[in-house]
Amino acid sequence: MTRVGWLKLAIFPACLLPLANLTWKAATANLGANPIEAITHSTGDWTLRLLLVTLAITPLRRLTGQPWLIAFRRMIGLFAFFYGCLHFLTYIWLDQAFNVHSMAKDVYKRPFITLGLTAFVLLVPLAVTSTRKMIQRLGGRRWQWLHRLIYVSAIAAIVHFTWAMKKDHHRPIEYGIVLGVLLAYRVVLWVLPEVTGKQRRAAPVANAAGD
Amino acid sequence: MLIKKPAGIASSEITPKHAYLSRRAFMAGAAAAGAGLLAGRKLLEMASPAARVQAGMKLSTVKGPFGTDEKLTPYKDVTTYNNFYEFSTDKDGPAEMAKNFRTRPWQVKLEGLVRKPRTFDIDDILKLAPLEDRVYRHRCVEGWSMVIPWVGYPLSTLLKQVNPLGKAKYVEFTTLLDPEQMPGQRTRILDWPYIEGLRLDEAMHPLAILCVGLYGEALPNQDGAPVRIVVPWKYGFKSAKSIVKIRLLEQQPINTWNQAAPDEYGFYSNVNPGVDHPRWSQKTERRIDGSGFFASIKKLPTRPFNGYGDQVAQLYAGMDLRKYF
Repeated sequence: MTRVGWLKLAIFPACLLPLANLTWKAATANLGANPIEAITHSTGDWTLRLLLVTLAITPLRRLTGQPWLIAFRRMIGLFAFFYGCLHFLTYIWLDQAFNVHSMAKDVYKRPFITLGLTAFVLLVPLAVTSTRKMIQRLGGRRWQWLHRLIYVSAIAAIVHFTWAMKKDHHRPIEYGIVLGVLLAYRVVLWVLPEVTGKQRRAAPVANAAGD
Repeated sequence: MLIKKPAGIASSEITPKHAYLSRRAFMAGAAAAGAGLLAGRKLLEMASPAARVQAGMKLSTVKGPFGTDEKLTPYKDVTTYNNFYEFSTDKDGPAEMAKNFRTRPWQVKLEGLVRKPRTFDIDDILKLAPLEDRVYRHRCVEGWSMVIPWVGYPLSTLLKQVNPLGKAKYVEFTTLLDPEQMPGQRTRILDWPYIEGLRLDEAMHPLAILCVGLYGEALPNQDGAPVRIVVPWKYGFKSAKSIVKIRLLEQQPINTWNQAAPDEYGFYSNVNPGVDHPRWSQKTERRIDGSGFFASIKKLPTRPFNGYGDQVAQLYAGMDLRKYF
């Protein structure tokens, strides 16, 4: 197997570790006094962390000159979506007990819920169009435009996190700084294309699909 | 009405303490190298000789006039799920960070608009009146609640000792300021020291207590040792912890959370399902009572004044509680 193949074999179960840890703690009643809050926070944290890792791959690949790193982007991005689904499910099931009326009011009245839902919904088309077939059907350029929604989703997720906290914002700020750096890198590439040489931004798409 | 005469069981008898301790021993297992419960306790005592005197010290109590027959929040949850920003903003942080907090010597200064200003030693406070078991619901502004068997006596007992003057209208409570011991105070999360306040008639209400213990024992450090107040019809943050100063005032004091976010935390902060927090609903609450994971999915409806309306609603007769939230 290739290096990429082996690494994927390792990263896949690694991305499941947070879920395994959470499941183990839930099964052994070790989630603390407020287990539902603990699950909400953990799944939310991991969604955001994996979104940031996904967004870090392109800068890392370019700065280190290791083009093969792109091969992990889709997998990690889909894991971010997976934890986002768990976070969403935690909200509609464990937190709201499927109370549609209460959820509708929440989404309408509470900006932090509205933004969380926005961040999640924006990831859905990205997950749906993550297959090689969909990339071919959309065409690289259009696909790439669509997938820039991840920037909006990540910003919405950070603000959602900030507004969810009572007062102590140091963690949302830390995540926000990381996101800021990752987005700033892209802005620099966009404003100063000559600095970055002849690399075309559409190039990675074919790689992203090819694995 | 859920407020009843307390059941004929002393809180010390219902403490599921053995469960808690065996758990603690298990967690400390690595450090104690399987030396078991006694050895684990011994190690803790050696690490902090001061902690031995207070936390876990049995208090002799009598039945208080208020109680509830709701399921108690387990001791373990009351002592590991805490909002005490002086130590940490994580819920499980204070239990660890307050481990070596020194609660002796400790004095509480009573001053301001009083005829006889006086400084009380904590051990005098403990002897001022019979210590009562008071099982109260505790509703946090964040949307969770507990049922806690506090130990204390009416706050009015202490206040009467100094004879408040006629023009005194408010009472201000100040928490210890000691960044050395309280690492949270080295950050600017809140404007330290922590200040809380009550109207004098609220402070004199028989439900408001000066609290020195829970579950029949001296207050654990993370729950506000050695002395705090408990005002069960208000959101939890109104019940100031680790108090060193009580001041009688003519003007309404500015409490810390109100100062930090005036549109989110009012001076009164009575539990009120009709007034939402700007960022989340206050209509329901998640009860932490050790009933298990799936049972905790179902939230309870939050009641006006946390269910103590029959006792305290008249304090606010004619007031617009949406305005004075």
